[in-house]
Amino acid sequence: MDMPLPDPSILSRKARIVARLRAVLPADAVIDAEAEVRVYECDALSAYRCPPMVAVLPRTTAEVSAVLRVCWEEGVPVVPRGSGTSLAGGALPTADCVILGVARMNAVLETDYDNRYIRVQSGRTNLSVTGAVEAEGFFYAPDPSSQLACAIAGNIAMNSGGAHCLKYGVTTNNLLGVTLVQMDGTVLEIGGPWADAGGLDLLGVVCGSEGQLGVVTEAWLRILPKPEGARPVLMGFDSNEVAGACVADIIKAGILPVAIEFMDRMLIRVCEDFAHAGYPDCEALLIVEVEGSAAEIDEQLALIKAIAVRHNPVALIEAVDEGQAKRIWLGRKSAFSAIGKISDYMCLDGTIPVSSLPYVLRRIGEMSAEFGLAVGNVFHAGDGNMHPLILYDANKPGDLETCERFGAEVLKLCVEVGGCLTGEHGVGIEKRDLMGVQFTPEDMEAQMRVKDVFDPAWLLNPAKVFPLDVTAVRRAG
Amino acid sequence: MRPDDEAELAEAIRAAKGQVTVRGGGTRAVGLESCAVLETGGLTGVELYEPGALTLVVRAGTSVAEVERVLAGERQRLAFEVPDMRGLLARDGVSTIGGVVAANASGPRRVQVGACRDSLLGVRFVDGAGTVIKNGGRVMKNVTGYDLVKLMAGSWGTLGVLSEVSLKVQAVPEAEATLICEGLDAWGAVAALAAAMGSPFDVSGAAWTPAGGALVRVEGLAGSVAYRAGELLKRLGPGWDVVEGAALWRGIRDVTAFAGREGAVWRVAVKPSDAPDVLAALAPVLRDVVMDWAGGLLWLLVDDGAAVRQAIRGGHATRVRGLGDGSAFPPEAPVVARLTAGLRAKFDPRGILNQGVMG
Repeated sequence: MDMPLPDPSILSRKARIVARLRAVLPADAVIDAEAEVRVYECDALSAYRCPPMVAVLPRTTAEVSAVLRVCWEEGVPVVPRGSGTSLAGGALPTADCVILGVARMNAVLETDYDNRYIRVQSGRTNLSVTGAVEAEGFFYAPDPSSQLACAIAGNIAMNSGGAHCLKYGVTTNNLLGVTLVQMDGTVLEIGGPWADAGGLDLLGVVCGSEGQLGVVTEAWLRILPKPEGARPVLMGFDSNEVAGACVADIIKAGILPVAIEFMDRMLIRVCEDFAHAGYPDCEALLIVEVEGSAAEIDEQLALIKAIAVRHNPVALIEAVDEGQAKRIWLGRKSAFSAIGKISDYMCLDGTIPVSSLPYVLRRIGEMSAEFGLAVGNVFHAGDGNMHPLILYDANKPGDLETCERFGAEVLKLCVEVGGCLTGEHGVGIEKRDLMGVQFTPEDMEAQMRVKDVFDPAWLLNPAKVFPLDVTAVRRAG
Repeated sequence: MRPDDEAELAEAIRAAKGQVTVRGGGTRAVGLESCAVLETGGLTGVELYEPGALTLVVRAGTSVAEVERVLAGERQRLAFEVPDMRGLLARDGVSTIGGVVAANASGPRRVQVGACRDSLLGVRFVDGAGTVIKNGGRVMKNVTGYDLVKLMAGSWGTLGVLSEVSLKVQAVPEAEATLICEGLDAWGAVAALAAAMGSPFDVSGAAWTPAGGALVRVEGLAGSVAYRAGELLKRLGPGWDVVEGAALWRGIRDVTAFAGREGAVWRVAVKPSDAPDVLAALAPVLRDVVMDWAGGLLWLLVDDGAAVRQAIRGGHATRVRGLGDGSAFPPEAPVVARLTAGLRAKFDPRGILNQGVMG
């Protein structure tokens, strides 16, 4: 994975830049000691590391603005960082950059239950947004699996999803407004606690722009009343095709479960060994969860079970109580840890049209044999977001590279069948060089024009999202 | 100009010598009247429809009626309830799906499923230089590159001309129930609608008119609808009844109450709880109001629109019918206006597309 070489003229000015940052920030908010900046050398894509030149931890929008103004005047690249949970390298530094961490900005600024929103500083963690409103019976819907740790700032940057977006949408569908600081320090508000934009939907393009358009310091988020209850049902099938057909039939029947999760044979076995969730021994497993009152759940599950029965399931287990519901989910939720226990792995994130599921799984199986690496599949089946887990051995020379080549082929396959490279993790550095598979040069040019407008000097997170050769002229200024 | 496919559309824009007004079905008066008109009505047809994946890909000039007909064949529909503004605006014509997306036009169900932009999965469009650009796709989760899909929704043809849109659709629910309470004033209505929206009963419509009263809608499986309507009746208190709702919701969606009446029409988005104060401040000039989105959307029929923007503390107001009283689209803060102008200059470098629209 290539990253741009550090700019020697910036490195040579390090002392001055640090002094200028110290002049606008409290003493404890500027970190430049080599041992201490190492904390920020990577995010959750930990195969790639590079300590930044400096890290700053501002506490207010005004401080963020002051930092960016200094960096803009000095021509220093800035890499914004939420909690550092990106799986795509979205917060990977360069040696000549300032890491701008928003972790200290975690306050709740306003809660408004009549108008159903909360306004928070962007460093607040996803789960603690729900934590701030659940006593009143509300929740924040997007639920990425890192929700205990990940920050709203990163959720907005990557337009994060989760297991329940089939019903509730992803971050962009639950974001009402932001306070954004541009690279030159300009502070602006986009959107607010009302519906839609009065002009162009700038909020829509800021969300998912991977920290390249500005630094979000505050956000208005939509909160929703919690449903009365939820219950999962577990179904086992003897082929991926049948499981896929069952998913399509459920959706076609007009039932909208909050989640439809899919696991293949390998994952079923690994998760069962790890969590003892009582999964059946079969080729494909679906967990379908619906919400509502007890009677509403019964009504929906009756329909879903009737559809499942038409597909001759080898197992059909409805949770009879809270404990069994937890066990059904436990296996799925421990999928990554369970795999992690037996091997190093790489988690992919392509999305495919649901109708291509059987074909794509068959092709992944064939590639697994070609590349000589095992793969397991978990899948948000309702919305087509795949998470193939490719197993490799980090201690075996060349294995990571083979794994990355295998991963790239899978993502190309996703695009080929009408899907995309990334459904919820973002491009970052990980999928940067594959952008040309999905987009023409003109498609990428159109996206980069937006950055030209928001960040004309290309200083914000500049080496991400687009292939380096495509952005070279712009980054050179 | 009336291209029949995307290549012809691109050629027409490349060949344009001056200002171009983009027209879908012509149901809204958009753009300059005195320049070349580029009609998208020739770009028709369904590209792909997968009911089992809730996805429809359709060329932008396809009529909304045709889209709805195709979806109805599988008992599906567009989730965001496309408004029909022809009566309100005294226009003829046939709405196109591209026009709907360009206006981000969304009806009462916005409170539950979001706006048109939230159903929009992908776009193909031709920018002001005549370049064909695609963004997004046909899958529901897609964070690959910047989201120009949202940017194009509601951009009124100022950044490019849509040639194809990809939409998430939904199943037509088995049942629907509408609750009504007459005799509430704006304060009473907004309080009741907030209570309904704050309940776990998944409300899909929350509206009010002075003459018709407050309306709350739930949709879904028959048993569930009956249960939720019953629970809402308990929670909302006396004065609420169940009523046949379809025509009432069409009336809210299309603002039929204002059709054929004199006065300027404004569309105002505010924080829902601000709505009663806005109405009170405008009482001297206000002829009628249609409140939707639990108070978040106000359609105002006024004698004099000069006061409308002064009456709102946060949000935005757009003049949709009648002349005068400043720009039709809401003025933007200078720093936002700079970004908007910058984007328009990048996507339409010659400044030929729908000049005069959006400020």
